[in-house]
Amino acid sequence: MAAAMPLALLVLLLLGPGGWCLAEPPRDSLREELVITPLPSGDVAATFQFRTRWDSELQREGVWINLGRSSVMSSQGSSAPLSTSSTPPTQSLPLPPSNPWVWPMTLTTTFCAMLCCRGRWSAPKTSPPGRSSCPVVPRASLISFHLLQAGLSVLLKADRLFHTSYHSQAVHIRPVCRNARCTSISWELRQTLSVVFDAFITGQGKKDWSLFRMFSRTLTEPCPLASESRVYVDITTYNQDNETLEVHPPPTTTYQDVILGTRKTYAIYDLLDTAMINNSRNLNIQLKWKRPPENEAPPVPFLHAQRYVSGYGLQKGELSTLLYNTHPYRAFPVLLLDTVPWYLRLYVHTLTITSKGKENKPSYIHYQPAQDRLQPHLLEMLIQLPANSVTKVSIQFERALLKWTEYTPDPNHGFYVSPSVLSALVPSMVAAKPVDWEESPLFNSLFPVSDGSNYFVRLYTEPLLVNLPTPDFSMPYNVICLTCTVVAVCYGSFYNLLTRTFHIEEPRTGGLAKRLANLIRRARGVPPL
Amino acid sequence: MAAPLVLVLVVAVTVRAALFRSSLAEFISERVEVVSPLSSWKRVVEGLSLLDLGVSPYSGAVFHETPLIIYLFHFLIDYAELVFMITDALTAIALYFAIQDFNKVVFKKQKLLLELDQYAPDVAELIRTPMEMRYIPLKVALLQCFPQCYFSCLSDIPVSVPTHLVCPRTPLSPPAAVHTCENEEQSLLDLFLGVCHDVCGKPSGNHLPLLLPSQLLGFHPRSLWLYINVFFYTIPLAIKLKEHPIFFMFIQIAVIAIFKSYPTVGDVALYMAFFPVWNHLYRFLRNIFVLTCIIIVCSLLFPVLWHLWIYAGSANSNFFYAITLTFNVGQILLISDYFYAFLRREYYLTHGLYLTAKDGTEAMLVLK
Repeated sequence: MAAAMPLALLVLLLLGPGGWCLAEPPRDSLREELVITPLPSGDVAATFQFRTRWDSELQREGVWINLGRSSVMSSQGSSAPLSTSSTPPTQSLPLPPSNPWVWPMTLTTTFCAMLCCRGRWSAPKTSPPGRSSCPVVPRASLISFHLLQAGLSVLLKADRLFHTSYHSQAVHIRPVCRNARCTSISWELRQTLSVVFDAFITGQGKKDWSLFRMFSRTLTEPCPLASESRVYVDITTYNQDNETLEVHPPPTTTYQDVILGTRKTYAIYDLLDTAMINNSRNLNIQLKWKRPPENEAPPVPFLHAQRYVSGYGLQKGELSTLLYNTHPYRAFPVLLLDTVPWYLRLYVHTLTITSKGKENKPSYIHYQPAQDRLQPHLLEMLIQLPANSVTKVSIQFERALLKWTEYTPDPNHGFYVSPSVLSALVPSMVAAKPVDWEESPLFNSLFPVSDGSNYFVRLYTEPLLVNLPTPDFSMPYNVICLTCTVVAVCYGSFYNLLTRTFHIEEPRTGGLAKRLANLIRRARGVPPL
Repeated sequence: MAAPLVLVLVVAVTVRAALFRSSLAEFISERVEVVSPLSSWKRVVEGLSLLDLGVSPYSGAVFHETPLIIYLFHFLIDYAELVFMITDALTAIALYFAIQDFNKVVFKKQKLLLELDQYAPDVAELIRTPMEMRYIPLKVALLQCFPQCYFSCLSDIPVSVPTHLVCPRTPLSPPAAVHTCENEEQSLLDLFLGVCHDVCGKPSGNHLPLLLPSQLLGFHPRSLWLYINVFFYTIPLAIKLKEHPIFFMFIQIAVIAIFKSYPTVGDVALYMAFFPVWNHLYRFLRNIFVLTCIIIVCSLLFPVLWHLWIYAGSANSNFFYAITLTFNVGQILLISDYFYAFLRREYYLTHGLYLTAKDGTEAMLVLK
């Protein structure tokens, strides 16, 4: 629940574009974009991205950026990009989950203050990043969206979004150069939302989809203040044969580029193109399969990873990450960032990295041990992955016993461990020509790489769920009672021995019991005691 | 007397070496009854590897040893086994000579009091003879080497005197002080304790966390009060036992072992090694059978209930806590029984063994 607080910020930030549409300072620009990608399993992934760029020279220290209903304050200098996002832990999918990044802390509290958040900010305190991005918060729950009125944000309807099998949000703030010599900078805010719709739910068994079926809304009009408002539909593999599928309405233009190492084709629907919406007053993009697509196995990416916890019992365990490099002949380095909460005490002397059965020493290793209840473990390594190999990174840990107030209401559910973050420049099989970033879509320019032979990938492994030794919650009462008893026994014995001395006991002459007994004896006629 | 001691040491070293190399070593070295967060070898190794990585070992919450241990083991990490065996052997030898010394002191004192006619006439059978005291040092060395110390050795920190002194060092200075005041010659045990006090007592500079008395008692938010018990009995015991400093030390060590946070088998083994010194009190112990049974049964149940809670998941922490508590009750009653027996013997020595009441019947002694 405490994680809902940062979510509140993120959601309200996502209102930006919508609230934005109502009031906007004139020298900033907004671009919005929706990319719809059918996945090999039949699910449909939709990624919204809203980019706001301020061309004004903003203050170095403390900047207020007014977005209408929400505000963002950057309290660092211009050299500090901020990204924050969140994703609930669901099954692994080829979309990036998000990385809530709460550094610097001052920025975070500023968020809270401005949006009048009540309640404690109890997100795990993370440490400043090493060389890659920041650690992640594994679990967050999505709270309700406010409805927005124009442009692509009209599709963000809360009840449909909650029926998705995966959702992820991110906010990135960074300075960008305005010209090639970087004499002036602009600030860029990007808000993204990725959702994956289950094919079965949307298509009732068939793999057809349409905007209305997914979002229960259609696009009516563009945001009047957006300089660009587009929808891209991935029609790559199915473009060769026009008999396979049909996209309605037929796209006027297509866009081709090398994305993540493969050549892809996108159909473009421009909402600002008056011809697009004029006819029917709304745009409902539909895709129909004329022939059922072959169920071929999806291509294995060059870099993928898996993480798991092994061991038995609640005392210790072993955390293992498997990194797969499926490129046939190229080896490349991977930066692995692990954030492990403090209650899993890592033993770095048990860290072993093996590739193809032999030990693989990392080129760079940075380890910051955890401090109880203050900060988590931070382990960052640069590992060379040999070609066509599996690398196993494993480290042993011990589970700590928490204080009884630190357990969640359902402690036997377990505790979440954030995903590992892998960053790599993966060699691509396709050479590409240099592109002009202003012309390319937003999803391609978030992490621009000018060398077409490599592409940058940030991969997240699965979050993990580990059990900690859970006490019985009736223990505080039991402990207090019984321990006090034992201490009293000890104290009593020692007090007696320390303060008293031995005496010969004098036999007692009187005594009520004896007198009563004698009375009865006399009555019976038996000699007295 | 040297030959039996050497034999004991050789056998002890052999058994330890065998255990180190067996598969039991790893299993025992991680048992919670044997290692505590303060004395775990795994943490020492972790601290050293943190140092190798360029990170301060104290920046995390894993390493709690003194810097001296870092310096020592930085060079000796490959010979750790040998270091532990040698330390244990040295402890046994030190105890042997200390107890031998102590016996001489006791005998001398006894002789003095006899000549001064301080004893009652009929206490001949209570007087200790050199013959019966001859084998006591060896028994002490034996008890220190063998039973539970194996397990402590496998936990890889010599749990004998040095580690035992990691936490509560101050309560042991009064008995040492009293003893030195009484005897002009420095007892070996005294010296050893003093040295260990200085060597191991260097504060690690920051951070020894609040030591919750046994892990499970961490549930109680204000459990510092339990720890006060360690220090609480020092002064009263010092006043009562000012003429018997070694017995005072024995009781104090036992109290520390009982009320210490994260108590382990090694702490218990330490004071139990001294039982042969007080053999003569056996006739005055009242509940020795029941208490021995309690301690044996609890020792057997410890690993069972731990396994049930942590591994099988069928019991819960209440069981383990209960057995901890029962074991502590057993220890407390054992120590107070010994104390009672000691005081009773002292009374008999001064007032005579066969006491009669005013009316001629056999007297009953009570504490009043």
